[in-house]
Amino acid sequence: MNTNKNSYTIIYASVMVVIVAFLLAFVSSALKPRQDQNEALDKKKQILASLHLRDFATNEDVESTYNAVVVADAIVDSVGNIVKEGKNKDQDGFTKASKDISPKQLPVYICQIDSTIKYVVPITGRGLWGGLWGYIAIDDDLQTIYGAYFSHESETAGLGALIADEPFQKLFNGKHIFADTDTVRQEPLLTVVKNGKVEPQNQQYQVDGITGATLTSNGVADMVKSGLKQYTGYFKSLHTIK
Amino acid sequence: MSLFSQERREVLTTPLAKDNPVAVQVLGICSALAVTAQLEPAIVMGLSVTVITAFANVIISLLRKTVPNRIRIIVQLVVVASLVTLVSQILKAFAYDVSVQLSVYVGLIITNCILMGRLEAFAMMRSPWESFLDGVGNGLGYAWILVAVGFVRELFGNGTLLGFRIIPESIYADNGGFYVNNGMMTMPAMALIIVGCLIWALRAAQKEA
Amino acid sequence: MQFTKHFMEHLFSLFIRSIFVDNMIFAFFLGMCSYLAVSKTVKTAFGLGVAVTFVLIITVPVNYLLLMNVLKTDTVDLSFLSFIIFIAVIAGIVQLVEMIVERFSPSLYAALGIFLPLIAVNCAIMGASLFMQQRISMEPGSTQHIGSVLDAFVYALGSGIGWLLAIVALAAIREKMAYTDVPRPLQGLGITFITVGLMALAFMCFSGLSL
Repeated sequence: MNTNKNSYTIIYASVMVVIVAFLLAFVSSALKPRQDQNEALDKKKQILASLHLRDFATNEDVESTYNAVVVADAIVDSVGNIVKEGKNKDQDGFTKASKDISPKQLPVYICQIDSTIKYVVPITGRGLWGGLWGYIAIDDDLQTIYGAYFSHESETAGLGALIADEPFQKLFNGKHIFADTDTVRQEPLLTVVKNGKVEPQNQQYQVDGITGATLTSNGVADMVKSGLKQYTGYFKSLHTIK
Repeated sequence: MSLFSQERREVLTTPLAKDNPVAVQVLGICSALAVTAQLEPAIVMGLSVTVITAFANVIISLLRKTVPNRIRIIVQLVVVASLVTLVSQILKAFAYDVSVQLSVYVGLIITNCILMGRLEAFAMMRSPWESFLDGVGNGLGYAWILVAVGFVRELFGNGTLLGFRIIPESIYADNGGFYVNNGMMTMPAMALIIVGCLIWALRAAQKEA
Repeated sequence: MQFTKHFMEHLFSLFIRSIFVDNMIFAFFLGMCSYLAVSKTVKTAFGLGVAVTFVLIITVPVNYLLLMNVLKTDTVDLSFLSFIIFIAVIAGIVQLVEMIVERFSPSLYAALGIFLPLIAVNCAIMGASLFMQQRISMEPGSTQHIGSVLDAFVYALGSGIGWLLAIVALAAIREKMAYTDVPRPLQGLGITFITVGLMALAFMCFSGLSL
């Protein structure tokens, strides 16, 4: 057979393209549900991590804990109106990717641990090399941090990447978001300072940064501040209801 | 000729040391460096490349008599790109964490010169079974370098292996000991220097043998 | 698309960042094979660098347009085909560029011609397209974000210039190194790796640039 004829080459190429396209489309659609599930599971793990629920043996554990702890994944806006109630726990706020978040669409996870309410809010920012993101869990006084979880795209391993580890995240526990005099919950004060530079009189608002990773630490500080600032309207509305 | 004749065994074993694709032929360096800050992604990457090289070799070897000469490079690229897409989809579905760590480097297997080199130089001329052995051999030759670099970098950079702590917490300077992790190891630049030293050692050893 | 101050700032940061901070060679090790093989003399290194930049600034914007308008529209999501499309576009464009250059500028062809076939499998080219795909989904505020064809073009140009810079610098060092006394087993490849490692260390200082 002459494999150098034009017609043969063209037929060969077209048959190959069709076979490959069908094969890949088939595999991709067969695996898509599983991939989406993985992504959702990963997100649930991160939300739970901010509530100090970290070690899970199986994926089913993650699902069941999430369903037990999270009451609603509401969507609110920056003035404090509730856009969606989120009764299904992972159909409303949960489906918002970080780039879909805007002052009109702010997800908030209302959770219940030991019969007290916690609010978990997602935050995003920028580190030294790339994006940062995380979740902050707040007590129902809307002032005290219950727990925090951070992760990053590509911070320096061993330095900036330490923000993704528990020891750093634990430093946030019990810190205060707003000045104690700021009863209207106006301006978040919580910040990350250079390692060892925490001022004794302000220690309830300041978290020790990571040595040698000042820019990543600053990125976390900015992310926490701007992230929480978006929710001040919502916090205020909750505060007045109380 | 038996399934594992002398000659066929050599097809499998020479790429491991004497003709190592990374250290001797300098192919496929890109990903060898970028994914080795920790051991786990290094292992997954090594295995993925081994599987893809082996299967791409077999497919091209089966097709070798039918491929029109003028578009053979494109045919090879399409076969490789489809296999890589498959692997990347499977990783996303069954090993999500690792696929996030490997990010774009899975896609870069397509342009891994080891693959195209083996397809063009070996699979276009030999039988499927020999091509399979050649693919596995070259894949593993690449994988062990990756694993070796990943081992050194994770052990000295983090004190862990596969996430398990190897260097005990108690000897760290933070806990009153003397030991500090070498943060340099986790930087990209050190990967280059480690591979350089590895090549040095490999060549020095071969000269004596 | 408006040429506001903010927009120009973003383009400038993206450009500088892709040359120095996100350098293809020193931060991501992309295109190492040809980087190591074709860096023995400054002249050929420069030729390859120009060819890589040239192919980059065509393929990345083309792949961006294909990705946004054909593969991932509001109604269909065919992004699982992106690997194949990218590599096909790259291989096709390299071929096309080779033919056009040969036809219209024989002198340029004589200078670049031998490098062009090498470029189809240069990881830097494929890598730039894959990074472009990853960067589309980043935060719009990030300096790394790619949100328009112009961003994609500027990113490709910066990456290409960064690559060119890296290969010319290495070639210059290797030309000098020919006169030094390197231990025998370390000669050639081994010492080149260590040199590149040290250069990468030096380039790390750019990571502190706040853009």
